Order: sequence, then structure tokens, then C-alpha cells
Amino acid sequence: MTRGDRTWEKVCSVDDLEIERGVTALVHGQAVAIFRTHDGEVYALGNHDPFAKASVLARGIVGTRAGVPFVASPMHKHAFDLRTGVCLDDEQASVPCYDVLVEGGFVHVGGRRRAVA
Amino acid sequence: MTHLRPTLVVVGHGMVGHRFVQAAIERGLTETHDIVVLGEEPRPAYDRVALTSFFAAESADELSLLPEGEYADPRVRLVLDAAVTAIDRVGRTVTYVSPAPRSTDEPLTNPGAVHTISYDGLVLATGAAPFVPPVPGKELDNVFVYRTIEDLEAIREASRTATAGAVIGGGLLGLEAANALHQLGVRTHVVEMAPRLMAVQVDAAGGATLKRHIEQLGLDVHTGVMTELIDGDDDGVVSGLKFKDVEEPLPVEIVVFSAGIRPRDALARECDLDVAERGGVLVDEQCRTSDPRIFAIGECAAPGGTMYGLVAPGYAMAEVVVDALLKGPGAFTGADMSTKLKLLGVDVASFGDAFATTEGALELVYSDAVAGVYKKLVISDDGTRLLGGILVGDASAYGVLRPLVASGLALPANPEELILPASRGGVKLGMPDEAQVCSCNDVTKGQILHAVTEDGCESVADVKKCTRAGSTCGSCVSVVKNIIEEHFESVGKVVDKGLCEHFRLSRQELFDVVAVHGYKRFDDIVEAHGTGRGCDICKPAIASILASQFNGHVLEKETARLQDTNDAYLANIQRNGTYSVVPRIPGGEITPDKLIVIGEVARDFNLYTKITGGQRIDLFGARMEELPAIWRRLVDAGFESGHAYGKSLRTVKSCVGSTWCRFGVQDSVGLAIALELRYRGLRSPHKLKGGVSGCARECAEARGKDFGVIATEKGWNLYVGGNGGAVPAHAQLLAGDIDTETLISYLDRFLMYYIRTADRLQRTAGWMESLDGGLDRVREVVVDDSLGLGAELEAEMARHVGGYFDEWKATLEDPEKLGRFVSFVNAPDTPDPTISFTEERGQIRPADPDEPVLLASTISVGAPVETTVGAVR
Repeated sequence: MTRGDRTWEKVCSVDDLEIERGVTALVHGQAVAIFRTHDGEVYALGNHDPFAKASVLARGIVGTRAGVPFVASPMHKHAFDLRTGVCLDDEQASVPCYDVLVEGGFVHVGGRRRAVA
Repeated sequence: MTHLRPTLVVVGHGMVGHRFVQAAIERGLTETHDIVVLGEEPRPAYDRVALTSFFAAESADELSLLPEGEYADPRVRLVLDAAVTAIDRVGRTVTYVSPAPRSTDEPLTNPGAVHTISYDGLVLATGAAPFVPPVPGKELDNVFVYRTIEDLEAIREASRTATAGAVIGGGLLGLEAANALHQLGVRTHVVEMAPRLMAVQVDAAGGATLKRHIEQLGLDVHTGVMTELIDGDDDGVVSGLKFKDVEEPLPVEIVVFSAGIRPRDALARECDLDVAERGGVLVDEQCRTSDPRIFAIGECAAPGGTMYGLVAPGYAMAEVVVDALLKGPGAFTGADMSTKLKLLGVDVASFGDAFATTEGALELVYSDAVAGVYKKLVISDDGTRLLGGILVGDASAYGVLRPLVASGLALPANPEELILPASRGGVKLGMPDEAQVCSCNDVTKGQILHAVTEDGCESVADVKKCTRAGSTCGSCVSVVKNIIEEHFESVGKVVDKGLCEHFRLSRQELFDVVAVHGYKRFDDIVEAHGTGRGCDICKPAIASILASQFNGHVLEKETARLQDTNDAYLANIQRNGTYSVVPRIPGGEITPDKLIVIGEVARDFNLYTKITGGQRIDLFGARMEELPAIWRRLVDAGFESGHAYGKSLRTVKSCVGSTWCRFGVQDSVGLAIALELRYRGLRSPHKLKGGVSGCARECAEARGKDFGVIATEKGWNLYVGGNGGAVPAHAQLLAGDIDTETLISYLDRFLMYYIRTADRLQRTAGWMESLDGGLDRVREVVVDDSLGLGAELEAEMARHVGGYFDEWKATLEDPEKLGRFVSFVNAPDTPDPTISFTEERGQIRPADPDEPVLLASTISVGAPVETTVGAVR
């Protein structure tokens, strides 16, 4: 995976990401929520809350649950694991999770990750 | 007549008669006996100790001890409105008339039906009657006694036209009656023959302290005066009181006698039972009268010649008789006459040898005339044991001190610490298991512990249900709570009050931590007092605490990421991810020009409009990135944020008031606007709503609000703790007939006290319920300023009021904050394509995913998209 790879899309500067606040980006025509946690990690999830059926996840509160970084949907507070997109309250549910590459001070979002079983 | 099962007849259904029946059922006496209870009053037993609260109660039912109206045990028959007229000890029958005559003149017009009933055992629980001294004029209209709900109803009726009233008697009951008159808005005089108030319970210095408190409340106290006669006008209604050696009569239109009680022993006298010299049916230690088949309990009885005018000894006698009938060994050998009560908001307690009559007894006195506190301990001559004491103005130590007397436990080395203010609430003494905690129901510490360890009780409410401790006068509730908590602590059971997995602290504790350390950043708080990186529970709670204390902009860099859904974008998120916008319309008053602006903004941005329950207008369907442009228009037209999105003051609803309404007595709109502007932007544990009604018709539904104000002829009544919603609550009266200045100072204190101490997402009603003492506690802190916090709470509110700014206007002026309002960080001009609307009744509404979409509103038209700053193109 190089920067020339067509699947990577440059989205924003890392400095645009405030700690523990999300932004929404349009990546390959999809709304993607991008988060930067307190330890400097950057994560990307699909922005669409499958419970509320609204594109809002980036506006949720970011924190940890038993050490797991998560975002709480602003709609009904369902928690999603930032690392996998799996819902922490209901393992049957999940949102898409995207590869992220931070390079040269910029955030690049890649393809959708396969669910890790 | 022969019975298979013996019949017990109980004469009297007051508190003690009821307690007897309860104990008889619980202890199995009804397995062998049938019980018939004859009650003279038209309603079943009620809580006479709490009689004064009748005026605040919604109905008489709230005081009832038997709200169902009958006992669940079918072997008990309750006959109400039945006046017993005779006892035939030879034939073993009781004769009664029903319905009972209401007064002595009535038998002629209302003869009632005469019934006779046989008994095998008879229990007299006829109680006592108020003593009315033979003062000329006592038969005039508007002369009352203070004993039954009917008495109170009559006093209330008379108070509607009266301006001044006098209570004759400055004892415990007299002050209760004075409280009632005072609550009814009548200028109240307390007239006492003795040189001090509550002469039986407190000494001269305590009485003087009490008098000062009561005078400060606006009552007039006359001690050491003798009433010579009651003056009447031509219609036979009270017009004044004439005192001995005083020239001018005191002009009053109501007189309430509360000069003591006399046992109702007439039935016993008529059937020749022995009576005590000073009245009361003479009984032995089993409460048996001179006829072995007849018992007497409560205020009508005189065990060993002494009658007891308190409920606790009556309850004890009831238990003794049940025991005797079950062939148990129980005996009544005297009672603890300790008293603790709150009279007109003043704590008074008297216990043990309060007057130091024990030989060699020493007195230890703490007195603070400015604060109105007087405390006296009576100590044995060797200084090792507490014999008794008096507390006026602050009786918080009573719960610890009284068991100390009863148990004979050794005093600590510095007994003065027990009454010094520094030790307030901090006194912790190992109380022995046999120490009596609840004197009304004779419950010991050991019984409470047993309820916790063996019966699974976990809270004060459980223990109350299980042991009755704290269920009568309530003065021991805080001690009960301490015993439960200490026990859980000792077995290592953590009663978890923590906010979430990141904080072991409760919201109140976090609030204090922030205040003490002056933290302004979440990171500092979580590092010092928590773990992890927080969550959707603790972050908004801390954001709210920081906002309450520092009043900064909620979208400042450090606090923006803590804000809950709606605060984060200063608007209310809706089901499809769009927002609604609510500009403030204080008190619901708006000019036509401003109404037009709202209409124009809604039309230009194609927003759905609806009138809210809080008398304002909600504009729905705004995309997040449109919010700044919408608010630009609103702010330019003079609107400001309505905080509909915040856990903060929403609206103060008003009726149109005296300005227009022909019924209004005060300017409710003016006050509502002033209150809304004063408390706007105030962040709190939950949303706050207010209401102001211009008259008693209550068109603003103020009692359904966290704070409600209702106009009276003399000022305002302030109600607190109401809400609508899933668990509606009616606000309760905190203070009556107060002027606007007092109202605002009470409200400042009330709201700040709530903000400081409530749990996260706890509304005022639930918060008040959770406080030890409930409404009374709030009144102590807010009205009586018992914690001395009043000035501090008001200063905090003044800081909030002084520091207020419109957070939408400030947002529009700050490019960094505006930078957050973009649809996509990398495509700020592209609206979210997933949001779509359809039309209904001529306005937009969110489209369901599979229904046809109104194209014009998918991509917003006519709404200028705010230029974004700081976003990457």
C-alpha cells in the first residue's frame, strides 16, 4: 500500500482532528467518521448509525469502555468499538471500519476492512 | 349470648386504637378473637402528629393511617361515625349511636340509630380532648380547638375573612396551632400564661431563644399574660382578647385554644371504673382497669396515675395489651418523654432530665444568640454520664444524644464537643444494640441491624417498612440511615454512588472536587480522580459541572468534546440527524416584528414550525451546516439562544396576568420574563422549567414546573419540585406570601443548592425526595438558612447572572467554533445526501428511507451555506 494506491484517499490534516472529537469526511462517496483518540491513534468508521438509521456517528462522544476506545452515537448512545466498528452493546451490530494511514501530517482513508472473526 | 370466638371491642380509632388493631393482627390475636372497632370520627385513624401538614396535603387521605378504609383481616370490623354512649359492665355490652352527633346540641336533630354490642374484652382508646379553660366568651363564633381534621377545616374557613388570630397556649400543641394559623396567612399571636414558651420541655434560656425565632417569623408572642375574657361583636363573633392588667384588648377575629388536653374518661367514670386523681382511667402495668375485662390505652389511660400526652407511650401501651391478651409478660412501666420536633421551622428537642433535677447534676451550655442556637447538656455529677438536655435552633445532635441517655453509655472525654457547632453531624459514637433509635415505635439499633442483615433491607425505605422505625415523626431517619450505611461499610459492601466506570465519585462529590481544586479541564479531573478516558455519561456530567461553576462557553476547546449530543451543536438533534432551533421568547411574550422574523427565517430555510409547550416556537429540519446562517439572521433580529438543547433553564411560562386579565392580581408576565432572563443559560443536572401564574386559577400550570410562582393578594407563593413527563409531580409550597426580592433570593438559593447536590439527570422532584427530610430540608437550607450557605449560594448565582452571554452570538463571532459546523471536512459545500424530506400538511418532514423524496429539500435551496473556516478543501 503506497500513497499512489488508488484505494487511499487523502482526507484532511491531522491537525484538523481535535482529540476525542470526530469529523465527517466524504470518502469514495461514503460518509466516514474519523476520530483521533487521546493516545494519538486515528480511526475511521462508517458514519451511519444502524440503530437510528442516521448519518451521525462523528458527532458522538469519544471515550473508553474497559480500555476499549469507542464512540457513543449521539442518537441513542449505542457504543461502537473504534478499532473494529463492532457495537459494544449488541455484538450482532456493527458499522464499517476503514483502514487509516497518517503520513506527512495528513490522514488517508483506505478500503473497508474485512470483519475480523 | 354465647360465642365460639371471643369478641374484643375497641372504643376509639385514633392512632393508638389503630396501632392496637395492627399489633393484634400481626401477633395473631385475631386467630382467636374477633375485633370490632368503634371510631367516633367520620374517617379512619389518621396521623394527628402531622396534623399541621393537613393544609399542605392534597386531601385528608394523605394523613390517613388506613387509606383503604378497612383492615385486610376479615376478622376485624371497623365501624366509623359511631359514638359510644354507655358501657354495661354487668351485661358486658357497649351501646353506641351512629351516625355520631357532631356537637352536644345535635342529638335532638340527629338522633342516630342506637346499637348494642356484646364484648368479652374491651379496650378503651378514647384519647383526649382539648382543655378549654372557663374563660368568658369561649362559646363565641370563631373560637376553636386544635385536635381533629374537622377543627382544621373550620379554622381554615374562618381564616378566609380574618386578618388576626390568637392561639391560647404556648406549649408544643399551641405552637403547632400557631404554625397552622400563620400558614393560613393570618397575623398570629401566641398567648402563654407561663413566663416562657414550651414550659414543660425547655428552660428559660431555651424558651427565650425559641421566642426570638418565632418572632423573627412574624408571629407575636405574649408570655406571662392571663386571658380574662374573649370579646365578641354584635353577631357573636370573636373581636378581641382582654388580658389581665392590660388596658387595651388585643384585636383578633379567631381564637384557638391549645391549653393542654384532658383524658376522655367520661365513659369509664359513668360505669364506675377507677380514675386517676388528675383524670385518666387508672390502669396497672398491663393497662388493665379496675375491671379485669377492660383495658385502657393511650391518652385516656393513666398508668400508675399519670397520663401521657405523646403517641409513643400510647403505642407501647397498645403492644402491652396485645401481649397481655396473648398471656405474655409485657408491662408498661413509664415512658421516655423525650421530644424532638420542628415548630415553625425551628428545631426543638428536650430529652431525659432536661431540667437537671437529679442530685448533683451539672449543666453544660452552648448558646449563640446571633444564630439563635441554644444547647444544654445535663451531666451526672462525676461527668461520666449524660442525663438529659435541651436543644433549640439546631437539634441535629438529638439522634446521638438521646440514645446516650437511654443506654447510659459513658460520655467522651470532651462532652462539650457533642454540642459545639464544629462537631455538626460529625459525632460518631458507638451506640449499643439495645439503644432505642425510634422512640415513637420503640425500635432499637439491634432491630434495625437485624432488618438489614436478616431481612434483606437495603435502604431507609426498606427498614421503615420492616421495623416501622422512622415512620411516625421521622426525627430519627438520619440516624437510621447512618446505621444502615455504617453496617454496609463495616462488611465491606460498597454502596456504589459512582458516576460510571471512570469515576467512583458521585456527581455531588465531583462538583465539590471541581470547586475545591478549581479544575477547568476534563483531563486534569480524570487523571487525578478517575480512570480511562471517560464516556458519554461522565463527560457531559463534568461539562455541566464546569459550566455551572465557570459559566464559560460550552464549545471552548477544552469543553467542546465533553458536550452531549445537543450541546455539541447548540441545537436539538432530530431523528434524521437534522436539528431544531428554538430562539428564546422570555415568558412567552413576543412582538409582531419578531414573530415575522421567525416566520421569515423558517420560510427561507424551509423549516417545519411548531409551537412548543413552553410558549415558544421550534424550527425543525435545519442541517448542521445551516445552523450558523439561521442563527446569524436570528441574532441580528435580537434573538438569543433558548437553550432548548441544554440541561439548563428552558422557559418560564406565564399567564397574561393582571395587565390584561380581569382576575389577575399580579404581573405574572413581568415576573416570568425577569426570572427567565435571570436564570437563562444556567447549566444544571437536568433541564429546569419555571412558571408564573397571576392568580390562584393557575393558568400557567406553574405547579407542574421545577419552580412555580403563583400570585396572591399579598405577594407570591413559591412552589418547588414539580414536573410533567413520565412521572409527573406537583410542586410543593416552599414559602408563601413573599415579596419579589425574597422570592428571588429563595430561588437563587434553591437552584444553586440543587445544582450543587443533585445527581446527574436528577430533576428537582427526585432530588428533593432523595434529601434527608425532603421539602423540610430544602426549606431549612433555603428559607431558614440552617447551613449558613444562603449568602454563598446567592453570590454564586450573582456570578452566573453577571457572567451570562448568548452562546450563539459568541459562536458566530468565533471562526474556530464555526469551523465545526460543516457537513464534510473534505467537502464542506456538499450537503449530507442521506438527509431527505417529504411533505405533510403543507410542511416538510423527514422522509422514511423507502418513500419518495422531495427533491427540492434534499439539496437545500435558498439557504446560503456559511463559509467555513479551518476546514481542508
